Amino acid sequence: MKVLIIGAGIIGAACARSLARRGATVTVVDRGAVASGTSAACEGNLLVSDKAPGVELELAKYSLELWGSLRDELAAEIGTAFASIEYERKGGVVVASDEPGAEALARFADSQRLAGVDARQLSATEARVLEPELSASIASAVYYPEDAQVQPTIATEALLASARAAGAQVVADTSVTGALRERDGRLVGVTTSNGSIAADHVIVAAGPWSGDVARSLGATLYVGPRKGLLLVMARMPQRIWHKVYDTSYVGAVQSDERDLQTSTVIESTASGTVLIGSSRQNVGFDGSIDVAVLREMAAKAIRLMPFLRDASVIRAYGGFRPFSRDHLPVIGPDPDVAGLWYATGHEGAGIGLALGTAELLAATLVGESPRLSLDPFAPGRASLRGTA
Amino acid sequence: MSEVVVIGAGPAGLAAALAARAAGSRVVVLDASDYVGGQYWRHLPPERPARHESLLHHGWSRFQSLREALEGDSGCEVVTSANVWAIDRGRIHVLVGEADGVDRETRVYEPDALVLATGAFDRVLPVPGWDLPGVFSAGGAQALAKGERVAVGKRVAVAGSGPFLLPVAESLVHAGSGVVGVYEASHAARLARQWTTRPWELLATSAKTLELARYASTLARHRIPYVTGHAVTAIEGSERVESVTVSAVDGSWRPIAGSERSLEVDAVCLGHGFTPRLELAIAAGCRLTKDRFVDVDDEQRTSVASVFAAGEITGIGGVDLALVEGSLAGHVAAGGRLSDPAMRRLRLRRHALSQFAQRLGRAHGIGQNWTTWLTDETIVCRCEDVTLARLRAATDSTRSSGLRSLKLLTRAGLGPCQGRVCGRSVEAILGRVSDSRSADSSITDRRPIAVPIRLGELAAVERPGSVVE
Repeated sequence: MKVLIIGAGIIGAACARSLARRGATVTVVDRGAVASGTSAACEGNLLVSDKAPGVELELAKYSLELWGSLRDELAAEIGTAFASIEYERKGGVVVASDEPGAEALARFADSQRLAGVDARQLSATEARVLEPELSASIASAVYYPEDAQVQPTIATEALLASARAAGAQVVADTSVTGALRERDGRLVGVTTSNGSIAADHVIVAAGPWSGDVARSLGATLYVGPRKGLLLVMARMPQRIWHKVYDTSYVGAVQSDERDLQTSTVIESTASGTVLIGSSRQNVGFDGSIDVAVLREMAAKAIRLMPFLRDASVIRAYGGFRPFSRDHLPVIGPDPDVAGLWYATGHEGAGIGLALGTAELLAATLVGESPRLSLDPFAPGRASLRGTA
Repeated sequence: MSEVVVIGAGPAGLAAALAARAAGSRVVVLDASDYVGGQYWRHLPPERPARHESLLHHGWSRFQSLREALEGDSGCEVVTSANVWAIDRGRIHVLVGEADGVDRETRVYEPDALVLATGAFDRVLPVPGWDLPGVFSAGGAQALAKGERVAVGKRVAVAGSGPFLLPVAESLVHAGSGVVGVYEASHAARLARQWTTRPWELLATSAKTLELARYASTLARHRIPYVTGHAVTAIEGSERVESVTVSAVDGSWRPIAGSERSLEVDAVCLGHGFTPRLELAIAAGCRLTKDRFVDVDDEQRTSVASVFAAGEITGIGGVDLALVEGSLAGHVAAGGRLSDPAMRRLRLRRHALSQFAQRLGRAHGIGQNWTTWLTDETIVCRCEDVTLARLRAATDSTRSSGLRSLKLLTRAGLGPCQGRVCGRSVEAILGRVSDSRSADSSITDRRPIAVPIRLGELAAVERPGSVVE
């Protein structure tokens, strides 16, 4: 079976590995360099804490289980000399800053516990034992030991290296320009800026550009960009031990608002820098770094952890999350074009959901039964068909 | 009356400010240093002036007249210690105050026109041992000599490429250092080809050639050899620099085996040309040329409306060209026309000077095989201690890869200097094994946060900056 994957980000890389290891002949094509889009402009969150009970949480739990064993698997597949993917099951602390927020957070955590998430209610004092730099004015917190993190760009490279070791080919700097169709309409490959590539199946894993790629192949899919910005602080001795969010992060992830939203996410990275997020804006592919957005993120981060006031910002970067209007990933076959598949639309959760997505799709493609049903993620659902 | 903001108070910026004032605009000049003058006219602070400042600086009288004209002008505000940390859709965000001060003021300007004159910093190629104490960038050594009157060593080797090595050697001599030699990697034949094949282009720039002749006579007077086709290819020492290896190099700067000789020195100054400071131009949205300078038209306009650029960020051309470009940019930014009679002479002069600059660039361009003098252990990124071996291992294990990904794999360019020192060297090294950089080739110059800013300063409300009446 020949499979062509469009997009060499984390989703494409994970799909390439899952399929190549099942014996498929895999080619990954990207119009730019490997991991040069969303996967190089994000935090590498592997989260259950921000997910309400439902199909996405189930996918997250499955995916986090796969991430947990990936490091050892990669060691066998590509050796230990490869740069570390910096996987760390560091846990997350979601902080409520006032009483109404605390009540909503406690209810949310209750519902997650029923769905099997390890969510531990903390008093303000207990929260400051886990995170001593938290503001004295917080109301309560919930601790999620299962939340983890990876370095997303290195993880993408490692997954691709593993896929290559299993026979996959990676073709960079090559744009897909159109479809190769059979007389009956079935997709049998693509034309590119460097000639045609034939395939039995084509998977669009082009993140926020997936809608554009689908259109170039004669299909309709509404997945577009939702911009996010991040601040990087200079290296410092470690003072932040978990992923720390305010409760509005959960609200923002689930939100449909088109206007700017910011919600605080703070964490240390393996290299000693501190990342501060996050913003969400539906402004198309406008990549500018908006100072007003950075200002709001800075103010909120200081409210959560006052010591950050004197820390130095050395870098800011922005990227585009692949946005679907019902906030669910898009995984499965196109309803109209035979041979065309999608693995996209993960918005801000693509790193976390990548491995589960890839396993489900690969299993379906080769005729195994996937561990979770793909029906809730079907590309044919109504919200993906319109263009509004 | 329109308002023009000029970023950078070096030759281009000061000339732009004066021209914009002459054309009727109010002007704000922003510069990160404590004093105006830029890298070129770096000098002792006014409270302890040097007796012979004019001898140390080319065009010192021009500088003094520019400075006096602007400082005595109520329509021009010169703001020093002003760090522009971001430009966002025409809004110029500035921190004013000492970099390590706790009470820097945050301001935002929204002028009618902006002139970018952010200049260049000197480029240093990695050399084995270049991280030892006693190794200076040529510009750094010159700044110490001109700004602090500090001699960097008793026996100093000056090496690299470009005419800038000559004034550096001269500054070192004036500050009391002994210079054991100036090693220019380009070959005499290549230099001669660019200097004499078009003699008519030299006519309009005779001041330039005289300047070079003066440096040559300084070297001769102090018996300092000027050796072409040679490079410092290794630096040795246990605690600090004790000696250098000087090798003959071929036309591509590959060291010629067997030509090595050792020289005892206590300091080394390396300079391999200049890198334009592009981050603010990129933040403003300006298009770059394929050589990665700011793309400007005859009026010094960038691709962004009402944004102009002048001086080294549009091409390395030296002080005279920077002055001319600055004058043209300031004049047009303030609403003047290129066809105005006063501009005619400047346009002709710009043409001649840029021809001359292009010839210098061709004569002294970096040879593509300089990377062959590196060893596996040579540190390429000094902020993050990334060696050549680590960079190569990353490219080998990932094969076709982008610059951004390789930076994150190795952390090269992600430290405090944000790739200003190593960025282009890392690109050159990766370029040898990776051709897939097209998608993100300008990424080491892209720094939306142009200087570090404390989170508290970022969160603070900004005061609108405006020009004094």
